[in-house]
Amino acid sequence: MDVDLTERDRGMLAGDEGAAAARAMRIVVRMAEVFQAASLLDITQAHIDSTIYIGEANLDFAERLVRDGARVVVPTTLNVSGLDEHGWREWAVPADWAEKARRQMVAYEQMGCLPTWTCAPYQTEHAPRFGQQIAWGESNAIVYANSVLGARTERYPDLLDICAAITGRVPAFGLHLDENRRGQVLFQIEGVPQKLQQDDSFYPVLGHLVGKAAGDRVPVIDGLAVTPSADQLKALGAAAASSGNVGLFHIVGVTPEAPTRQAAFAGHAPGQILQVDLPSLRQARQELTTGDGEGLDLVVLGSPHFSLAEFQRLASLLRGRRHPSVRFLVTTSRAVAHLARQSGLLDPLEAFGGQVTVDTCILASPMLPPEVRRLMTNSGKYAYYAPGLLGVQVVFGSLEDCVRSAAAGRVLRDETLWAV
Amino acid sequence: MGRVIVGQPLVPGEAAGQALVTREPLSFWGGFDYRTGEIIDRRHPLSGQIAAGRVLVVPHARGSSTTTAVLLEAVRAGTSPAAILTTGPETFFALAAIVAQEMYQRWFPVVTIDPNDFDSLESGVRLMIALDGTITADESPKVEGRP
Repeated sequence: MDVDLTERDRGMLAGDEGAAAARAMRIVVRMAEVFQAASLLDITQAHIDSTIYIGEANLDFAERLVRDGARVVVPTTLNVSGLDEHGWREWAVPADWAEKARRQMVAYEQMGCLPTWTCAPYQTEHAPRFGQQIAWGESNAIVYANSVLGARTERYPDLLDICAAITGRVPAFGLHLDENRRGQVLFQIEGVPQKLQQDDSFYPVLGHLVGKAAGDRVPVIDGLAVTPSADQLKALGAAAASSGNVGLFHIVGVTPEAPTRQAAFAGHAPGQILQVDLPSLRQARQELTTGDGEGLDLVVLGSPHFSLAEFQRLASLLRGRRHPSVRFLVTTSRAVAHLARQSGLLDPLEAFGGQVTVDTCILASPMLPPEVRRLMTNSGKYAYYAPGLLGVQVVFGSLEDCVRSAAAGRVLRDETLWAV
Repeated sequence: MGRVIVGQPLVPGEAAGQALVTREPLSFWGGFDYRTGEIIDRRHPLSGQIAAGRVLVVPHARGSSTTTAVLLEAVRAGTSPAAILTTGPETFFALAAIVAQEMYQRWFPVVTIDPNDFDSLESGVRLMIALDGTITADESPKVEGRP
């Protein structure tokens, strides 16, 4: 099937807007063919995940675009890079690696992107609005934009995100279209104590469970007795987009496209109904921890990047000082770090012996020294990816557990909330 | 002659290799080391297997949008699968192949196959993929001891 192209699309393919735009358009059109999209549609914003330094090929891709005159044509934010641009020397990042990661940062800035360097662009002034067609990369950002904000983006992979930003065009397919946004599988919450539902650590666990069972279907969660905060929804989405292919979820009575269960399924019956009870949640929680024992080298928070509200909550929990054998790290954006500094929220963290890394995270930057073998986190995404990407063991715990463990120098977890 | 499966080429190309089959989706970011071609997602059934040069048969990609970037590195490093067969249109794999073609004139074919055909494939079988998406499975010399 031929994709219906406008005159401008065809001109771009022919090189009217330069060699980089022509290449980007060729890739967009070939992807439209893969998806049998009938046409392309305009986007009004992009978020680029291709910024993470993976290796020579991806750097080569970015620098060739720059050499060929690439410029983004819509407001475009940048995801984490491979490097805390100004603070990487405090960690174990090899200098030659840092040089290449920096070149990749520079390349994307040269294309006219905004140097936001964060995986939580939805918590900046660039957050998209309901119904806006956008092209976002970064799985946790995609799921938040679609589910919580009601903006519309397909799950853009690295490299296609920047092609969309350069052309301003995407295939009309997937989550851009009404018919693909309705719920497909129902997760019915039953017998889960309200006290647990109020706890931050409930949301990464629920997300992990939902993502794993939903696969690439759109999940609908019903039966929540509380209204989750923005940060709780962020944690849920990030975990669901790690364990599954979730690009959009609905929570009945919470997210904007699901005022009712019927609306969430657009009048259709759920393809499958799954019960979420305490035993299944305990199982999911257990899956987020690998290995056993009390050993601990690092506590790490902030995937997705810590928000100002999260810094505020952390500050209220910090007492005394971390154990000398456990490092304590928070990853966030440079903007939020700056606000936290100005608000005095970094003072208790530094008094505790904690550190802040901006622009990147432990998964995107080779920053952890080899002596870090076991880490603890309140992030479902860190817990999911750290064992494979970093070869470390991981313990999932609540924010309180993480702070207590850092002070004690060993893993301490409060099981009360999860007890049957 | 072996059994013939009719696939839909998302990114056409010719390839051959031993099948490496999984029923579980796979993320290449955190799931695949492009320096060695090994599957490193320790929670995945294929953990420890070498996917380089094999015909990877996987329902679809999972999770991170960085899968494409890792696959592009694998093409450059010569550690990518020889081909990838999926059960449906799959952005992440197809895009990596398309960009690799743009940049290096070298890529792996991505072909979608019917779920029933997908279920019939097992690791170890030698698969040949033709430009039109036809897949020939040579099932005669049965390799023992494969999962």
